[in-house]
Amino acid sequence: MLSAILVMAGIGLVLGAILGWASIKFRVEDDPLVEKIDAVLPQTQCGQCGFPGCKPYAEAIARGEADINKCPPGGEEGVKHLAELLGVEPKPLGEGLEPKPKAVAVIDENTCIGCTLCIQACPVDAIVGAAKQMHVIVASQCTGCELCLPPCPVDCIHMEVIKEDVATWKWRYPIHTMKQVE
Amino acid sequence: MTRKLFTFNGGVHPEGHKDVSNATPIANLPLLPRYVVPLRQHIGTPARALVQVGDTVLRGQMIGAAEGYVSTAVHAPTSGRVVALEPHEVPHPSGLADMCVVIESDGLDQAVEFQPLDWRNLDPSALRNRIRDLGLAGLGGAVFPSFIKLNPEGGGIDTLILNGAECEPWITCDDRLMRERAAEILQGVAVMRHMLGAREVLIGIEDNKPEAIAAMRAAAAGEAEVIAEVVSIRTLYPTGGGKQLTYILTGRETPTGGRSTDVGAQVFNIGTAYALYRAVALGEPMLSRVVTVTGHVAAPGNYEARLGTPVADLLQAAGGALPGSVGKLVGGPMMGFELENDAEDNAAPLTKAVNCIIVKHPDLFPAKPSALPCIRCGACARACPADLQPFEMYWFSRAKDFGKAQSYDLFDCIECGCCSFVCPSHIPLVDFFRFAKSEIWERERHKHDADQARTRHEFKDFRLEREKKEKAEKLAAKVAENKARDAATAAAIAGNAESADPEAERKKAILQAALDRAKKAKESIAPQNTDNLSPAVAKQIEEIEARRTQADTRPEHEEGK
Repeated sequence: MLSAILVMAGIGLVLGAILGWASIKFRVEDDPLVEKIDAVLPQTQCGQCGFPGCKPYAEAIARGEADINKCPPGGEEGVKHLAELLGVEPKPLGEGLEPKPKAVAVIDENTCIGCTLCIQACPVDAIVGAAKQMHVIVASQCTGCELCLPPCPVDCIHMEVIKEDVATWKWRYPIHTMKQVE
Repeated sequence: MTRKLFTFNGGVHPEGHKDVSNATPIANLPLLPRYVVPLRQHIGTPARALVQVGDTVLRGQMIGAAEGYVSTAVHAPTSGRVVALEPHEVPHPSGLADMCVVIESDGLDQAVEFQPLDWRNLDPSALRNRIRDLGLAGLGGAVFPSFIKLNPEGGGIDTLILNGAECEPWITCDDRLMRERAAEILQGVAVMRHMLGAREVLIGIEDNKPEAIAAMRAAAAGEAEVIAEVVSIRTLYPTGGGKQLTYILTGRETPTGGRSTDVGAQVFNIGTAYALYRAVALGEPMLSRVVTVTGHVAAPGNYEARLGTPVADLLQAAGGALPGSVGKLVGGPMMGFELENDAEDNAAPLTKAVNCIIVKHPDLFPAKPSALPCIRCGACARACPADLQPFEMYWFSRAKDFGKAQSYDLFDCIECGCCSFVCPSHIPLVDFFRFAKSEIWERERHKHDADQARTRHEFKDFRLEREKKEKAEKLAAKVAENKARDAATAAAIAGNAESADPEAERKKAILQAALDRAKKAKESIAPQNTDNLSPAVAKQIEEIEARRTQADTRPEHEEGK
């Protein structure tokens, strides 16, 4: 009887020690849910959700403090993905939030005075320039967040919708007539 | 000489219509007044324009240089003047405009000097670069830059396959080329073999082209250097698919997601071999190609036309479209696409990718009957030469469940059109697969952009944090420095034991130090324009100095007056 208790206790101790060691050794630092949510978000870093960037929004969603329908660049599809990931019902985009066609910011070179305010505002460092030098936007890096528009003192930045070209053109959803079956 | 041939699963037998256009020899097009040369004529990055509006160019002059790795050059088809560099209508399923160089011909057709390449002795890398700058791209339809395919990449390629299958209905340009220019094709093949180091050369031709087979065999018999075996293969669409042809000739099956090079075979089109001959033996860039103009036209046949020839001129050469024609196909009826603009004066140009133009007529191409629901009969799966299950991919593509569609190996689909061809419900299956593929590609692009934006945003945050830290450190260093100086002064005062009031002494010392600094600074500022003065100016300065001393020595009480 005693030996049985000792054996069971011994096994318990050993397993407990292993589990304790593993919980330290294989500790996951970051919240994996935040990473997963962040991967779904479009990374425009536009702040339209009310948070200073996509990661903070993802953290807020993970904590349950923010709704999933606050991201207009992600659109309905983004909300659907988040809903799928979190196991909740998808809902329409929040009030006043509307998805816009993807655009890039363009600086009017004749008007730019080289104040560097837009450079400081750009969340992805996509604006190149120096004080009293003309600035230019690297179109391929621009996320279209529009954060550079308000700081510009001379209103020389405008958004240009990205037009479809031969390289980015997509085959349309096939529309074919279906025969009526009586 | 019997070779064991293999047969892929599936395939279909569409009506050939080859005899419409293969009876007459390849005809040349006269010099045209205007050519439109797109900068994007190949897979990959479009060429970078080297000319500006108003420049004069010569035939064969490079007007667009390869940009990035997967790219190749484009050249002027004749001598003349560049009149526009603008988006222009091109043969593309989207009907969208693309960047083109428009050249107005001067009628002289002067050429730059072409230099034949010494391909046997040239460094392999230099030879590939030359071929890139001569603008060579695969003429079978995929227009992949040839110099990349001619890279042996460590020598794993033992079989060179020449694709003369031409399995698409209506198209006969490769057929005519093999009948008329077999010897030249084989010279191009010799260069390919040399570059790839291939052991075996196989030329696969469908058995519905007996004249071409005979011509190629005769030429191969006379060619001592390249021992090429001309293999007659059973006519079955799509034998001309690269993976299918590789399997037929060698029995090697290309793994999913792979290329034929993964099983040691490289496949080239017959037309590409001919173009390579011209590039190497004559030093001529890719300036023209043979294109089939057929269907409902007065004189269907094959035409050797310069790249950039407007479609309208091609049709005119073929006698023009006959009355009652509706629409034009670019490429064959199985894989080609409808030309968006059906106007008579269609200005879309001939490119490296265009092997055929078919003028449609309701009798030749009856309208497709309305589709019926899928009955899961499995006919598409039996016809699929890539061993896929099109009906499954169709369900998921239609429901926009792209992940599932991809799990059925959507990207192994070669879009040959066999499934749509056999579908008893007339469902345009391939259209759904193309739709799904381009949606997936766009998502990949977006994901790539998002990843890049995330990295850049994180770096910006890191940079701001770092700058803040650096500023703080600088400040701390300065504070420490000041403290050290104060301590040193204090120590100096402490050494001065006579002082009764250490605090007053310390203040005095600081004051003295400040005065010394100011004095030193004053001394360092010397007037820089006092050398070599004229006597008059020197005298004037002296007078001013005297006044100044006088003013300084004036009794103090005078100031109050």
